[in-house]
Amino acid sequence: MTTMTVIEAVRSTLDEEMARDDRIFIIGEDVEAGGVFRATDGLHAKYNDRVIDSPLAESSIIGISIGAAHYGLRPVAEIQFADFIHSGFDQLCSEASRWCYRTNGDAYLPMVVRTPWGGGVHGGQHHSQSIEAYYAHMPGIKVVAPAFPADFRSLLKASIADPNPVLFLEHKRIYRLIKQEMEGAPAETQLSRARVTRKGTDLTIFAYGFMLHESLNAAETLSGEGVDCMVVDLLTLNPLDKETVLESAKATGKVLIVHEDTLTGGLGGEISAIIAEEAFEYLDAPIKRLAAPDVPPMPYHHAMEDFFMPNREKIAAAARALAAY
Amino acid sequence: MATVTMPQLGESVTEGTIIAWLKQPGDPVALDDSLCEIETEKVTAELPSQFEGTMGEILVPQGETVEVGMALCTVLEGAPGAAPSPNGHAKAAAPGAWSGGPMAIPPDEEAPAPAVTVATAPAPARAAATPVAGVTRKPDNRERFYSPVVMRLAQEHALDLSTLHGSGIGGRVTRKDVEAAIAQPPAARTTTDRTAGAPTVALPAQQRSAGAYVAVPLSATRRTIAENLKRSNLEAPQAWTMVEADVTPLVNLRAQEKDRFLKQEGVELTLLPYFTAAVCETLREFPMLNARWEGDELRHYQALDIGIAVASEHGLVVPVVHNAGDLSIAGLAKRIADLAQRAHARKLRIEDIEGGTFTVNNTGSFGSIASKPIVNYPQVAIVTMERVVKRPVARDDDAIAVRSMMNVCLSFDHRAMDGLEAGGFLAALKRRLEAIA
Repeated sequence: MTTMTVIEAVRSTLDEEMARDDRIFIIGEDVEAGGVFRATDGLHAKYNDRVIDSPLAESSIIGISIGAAHYGLRPVAEIQFADFIHSGFDQLCSEASRWCYRTNGDAYLPMVVRTPWGGGVHGGQHHSQSIEAYYAHMPGIKVVAPAFPADFRSLLKASIADPNPVLFLEHKRIYRLIKQEMEGAPAETQLSRARVTRKGTDLTIFAYGFMLHESLNAAETLSGEGVDCMVVDLLTLNPLDKETVLESAKATGKVLIVHEDTLTGGLGGEISAIIAEEAFEYLDAPIKRLAAPDVPPMPYHHAMEDFFMPNREKIAAAARALAAY
Repeated sequence: MATVTMPQLGESVTEGTIIAWLKQPGDPVALDDSLCEIETEKVTAELPSQFEGTMGEILVPQGETVEVGMALCTVLEGAPGAAPSPNGHAKAAAPGAWSGGPMAIPPDEEAPAPAVTVATAPAPARAAATPVAGVTRKPDNRERFYSPVVMRLAQEHALDLSTLHGSGIGGRVTRKDVEAAIAQPPAARTTTDRTAGAPTVALPAQQRSAGAYVAVPLSATRRTIAENLKRSNLEAPQAWTMVEADVTPLVNLRAQEKDRFLKQEGVELTLLPYFTAAVCETLREFPMLNARWEGDELRHYQALDIGIAVASEHGLVVPVVHNAGDLSIAGLAKRIADLAQRAHARKLRIEDIEGGTFTVNNTGSFGSIASKPIVNYPQVAIVTMERVVKRPVARDDDAIAVRSMMNVCLSFDHRAMDGLEAGGFLAALKRRLEAIA
């Protein structure tokens, strides 16, 4: 019986994939030395020049990956912190996302960009951002944000196998916080599939990444109060698994969407709109969103970081109010 | 900061719709400035501010209907315009940013607390003292708010939602309440009539499904009418009496006058102004019919504020011709035409529908020749003018003549008077109607 952390799940998967397919290479800042979070620890020694240190220039990491993918390689780029990815925004959104469309489906662009995201580690303004909404808005880029080690393994494999660009988001707070026994653990093996992680009848909570764990914890608290929460792990943020979103929203008629990204323009709005459009006659309460306030940076001070981020207590309070509605 | 709530615009009005906001957040607000325009089933009115300062937050968006007592907006008190206008960027959301909206529940509160709101209902002298018919006004009352899923399930299972007890916030009927009711065998659905407090039981399924039917949702107007009439019938012991009047001279007079009248006055001349004038004169003679109950007190009024029943497509309304006794036939004709037209257009103001002391109902316009009206509570009497029909009549000299005859019916609250006064009133009214020439 093997127990794995998230970071072990990522590292072992990269290792297995590189051993399986020698077109796969890794490029990123300090990846030869194992990377800031040790996701590539030991891989340079094993695969030599298939693990490449890059300059501190995210636009070039993504640009090089695009070029290499054109030439038949399978790049797995690492952006050291998601906060830095935006200098590669143009390469991702104006180039990579469109390749399949520009060629009318004749050519594909198999590349993965892995990056640690999210707060809760006192990373302050430049090491805590939630970036998913910018890229989930872009058709042509798949955005994946798992929460459990088994899903990290299976979905990283699926991302590498995907013929088009995938942004693979790894919440840095759960790298070592979340462990899972891998044998028999449920794992989603396909992109664009959400999963009902906890069944419930009173209300449905949608979350992903670290907030999925906080939501599960809140659901546990509430079950002691007689409130039965369904919790759905979205897993892939673009394209969303509309079928599961609608089914699980219809099942309870009360919906709470949780993300640590700021409220306005966050994924909560999109999920809310899908439900309002297609499950209106099943709703029993206003759709509620719990998100970070519309303030630009994640605060550094731990008390302010707690204030800024949703957590299990805030989720429980919101779910309690919704259940009472 | 002061909270402005939905005022009670008129007797037994329970809800209102915001037609337009006349002040926006940040606007200076002086005393009596109009904050918004409100429409109810009876009147349309502008809401004057009882506070001075700066317009705060708008809590009810334009077009939305809310119950009396619900918070509409806030006013930051102080000199007008003193407070800075709320700035969307500067205003950080609360921790966890629970998103708002008209139905928002703050996560830390179980239910909105209505107690601190300041009601701003304009207080018409008479209406203010009147207890309103058995409606409990709770600002957080959601008993009649049905969510989409609740409506759908109720329709699919032919379930009468008003019979269910709601377990949600403010008594709201939830999906689970409906599912529980559906799961029960129909006969076991014990239900509670909230208005009367008397338990009733829904019909068993086999009786219910005997014929196809359509469940009719009651509009606010319909509910108000139902509530008022029920109260009148339950509280007032009502007696009924009828006389027959020979209105041949009046009919002839109208026929002579109507073309000139229309040209001169600009409105059609009907019989109703003559009826109203005759009623006014007769009420002067019998003031005990020009009265209202104010709680347990019976008050006779000097002013003749005559309600005229108008059957509009939106339901029954009774606009009031104030000081009708002071008006000429032409004055009455114009006033009645104006009120009727505005009743149809739902443009009546509060003062147009309040304070009536007696009601005239022109049931003849439906072709009725006799009717039993229900007293317009808290008034004590109502008269109907039936259809004028030509009939052969035996005259005093035993000759038979074809005359224009009309029945006049009176319902009265027997607590307020006896048959002597009521009969006297009706006889005097008959004499007056017959004397108009």
